[in-house]
Amino acid sequence: MSVATANRLTPYLFLAPALVILLGALVYPIIYVIYASFLDWNPSQRIGEASFVGLRNYAKLLSDAAFLESLRVTLAFAAIVVSVEMVLGVGLALLLDRNMKGLTVLRTVFILPMMIAPIVVGLMWRYMYHPTIGIFNRTLNSLGLEPVPWLSDSSWAFAAVIIADVWQWTPFIFILSLAALQSLPKSALEAARIDGARGWQAILYIKLPLMLPVLIVTMLLRLIDAFKVLEVILVMTNGGPGLSTEILSLRINRTASEFRALGEAAAMSNILLLVLMALTLAMFLYTKASEARSRRLAAAQEPAT
Amino acid sequence: MPDIRIENLRKAYGDVAVIEDLNLCMADGEFTVLVGPSGCGKSTTLRMIAGLESCTGGAILIGGRDVTRLEPRERDLAMVFQDYALYPHMNVAKNMSFALRLARYPKAEIDRRVREVAETLDLTAYLARKPAELSGGQRQRVAMGRALVRDAGTFLFDEPLSNLDAKLRGHMRAELALMSRRIRKNMIYVTHDQVEAMTLGDRIVVMRHGKIMQAGPPAELYRKPANRFVAGFIGSPTMNFLKGELVEEDGRLRVDGAGFSIPLPAERAARLQGSARRAVEVGIRPSGFTPADGPDALQLPVILAEYLGTQSIVMSEMGGARVTIELMGSEPIATGGTRMFRIEDKDVHLFDIETEQAL
Ligand SMILES: Nc1ncnc2c1ncn2[C@@H]1O[C@H](COP(=O)(O)OP(=O)(O)O)[C@@H](O)[C@H]1O
Ligand SMILES: [Mg+2]
Repeated sequence: MSVATANRLTPYLFLAPALVILLGALVYPIIYVIYASFLDWNPSQRIGEASFVGLRNYAKLLSDAAFLESLRVTLAFAAIVVSVEMVLGVGLALLLDRNMKGLTVLRTVFILPMMIAPIVVGLMWRYMYHPTIGIFNRTLNSLGLEPVPWLSDSSWAFAAVIIADVWQWTPFIFILSLAALQSLPKSALEAARIDGARGWQAILYIKLPLMLPVLIVTMLLRLIDAFKVLEVILVMTNGGPGLSTEILSLRINRTASEFRALGEAAAMSNILLLVLMALTLAMFLYTKASEARSRRLAAAQEPAT
Repeated sequence: MPDIRIENLRKAYGDVAVIEDLNLCMADGEFTVLVGPSGCGKSTTLRMIAGLESCTGGAILIGGRDVTRLEPRERDLAMVFQDYALYPHMNVAKNMSFALRLARYPKAEIDRRVREVAETLDLTAYLARKPAELSGGQRQRVAMGRALVRDAGTFLFDEPLSNLDAKLRGHMRAELALMSRRIRKNMIYVTHDQVEAMTLGDRIVVMRHGKIMQAGPPAELYRKPANRFVAGFIGSPTMNFLKGELVEEDGRLRVDGAGFSIPLPAERAARLQGSARRAVEVGIRPSGFTPADGPDALQLPVILAEYLGTQSIVMSEMGGARVTIELMGSEPIATGGTRMFRIEDKDVHLFDIETEQAL
């Protein structure tokens, strides 16, 4: 081997350990799960003892009412929380994007929920939703109102987990929107004021369109996260009552540990994985497209004068 | 078209006063240029007139109406920003029509105006392009177009040409002068470039450290600078400043300095009565040196000559101080050797050493 070839290979040599770890930690489990989804496998068996059933796990899922319900709950949950969080987060950012005393403190307070461990958030909300000693029902009680069955009624429970998620993740959208707002071209906003735009017109016609690329990526990131949510709901309702809050990750967990159907659980995981990959791909394509666009624009302005 | 009055205008950021007690009156349809070195408060003044910056004190009146506390949109003005401030997500037509669309003009009227302005600014071919797809000069014209389409009572410009290259800047300066003559609106134009100020302004306001040093027509500022700062700021090449002394002899006043002695005429002497033996700063424009022969002519060395075609800029020396001399004529001047000059008393500006005021 010549020195030149050796030189060319050196970087790859340095990258090799990382690549091995990546293969071991990422690719191996994925292949494992894909393989497992073709098996009829229960936890008392070693994987080698499980019988191969082909696509039967997937076929079964498509006609499994509980799984379909869980998929529906997950989609509804993700759609609702992300919509609400987007509106609240962007709204708050628009409201707090100004230089006022005390705002720095306020902004810091706003992002605290995001930094709390999900398990803790779940526990906290469970106590607050407690039917008798929770702060909500105590408050309602002291106002002379009927208590609300926060976690024991299926509609209320669904609302309750949405509220908790909105509380925890609105700050994420808030800080990203705020950062986007503060990087907007100041003079274009001033030009809009001179051109006669009122506050809301500047928001509608200038700020939001200019923030759009960041908002789209933020929304996709949040969607990906909302599909994977687990701990908070696990602690608060464990999927109940009934199947009302049983989002996919809980269903997967239950299928594996309670129903002892590892193959089916693996198939579900793969379906979730497909959804997430579609979202990630959408985000990737969007970023690529907007990068290509700005490159094209940059190229277009070079020659002419 | 209203006149604009600024009364005792003040601006402070925290404890730092940026504009102090500014008073200014701009007549109807006048092209006013605010000029001064960077950081003197020109933009701040303009932005307070625009309503983009709050006033710490004082009042701004447009057409007799107190607009000090009004929003920009209530002041009937258009503005061109230094960085053009185009809306990046809108194409040229949308950029230009934004104000009209907000004001709910009929679509046909909007189209007509945009097309008309685009025509005069040579932008018709670019109406569908976004700002990022335009060159600097084109963007600059879009910014101008956006202001023109408005047909506002007052136009504000904050260094609109400073991001262009020299050639384009000269071209746009001429276009702007033509345009201002045509539309005859109130124009307030901020620049740090005295050439722009001289060529564009009906009236020039020279600012320094947030104060007005002098305001007046270009020729007045050039011929009768009120103080040393204005004298040094207006005119290119810059005025020469030399140390001098007023001397009275046989009832006649003259100014003496290292290497020169210039008699002053009687009417000037009358104004300077009793100032004899007083140290002054003597200002002489490069064009104030006239080639001359004779016994009382000054003999000055040609240290360096820059040939510019119709004139040459000569670097010379007078009593140990560097002086710049502007010589008209298309004949190149050889570096080295000496030349004879005379300084007319009308070309001599005198300034108080302490107050820097013209004497
Ligand atoms: N937001 C601000 N906070 C503090 N000081 C400022 C601010 N904006 C401008 N200044 C100061 O005000 C002075 C005048 O600024 P400006 O009007 O922009 O000057 P210019 O004449 O170059 O346009 C400068 O010294 C600048 O540092
Ligand atoms: Mg400025």
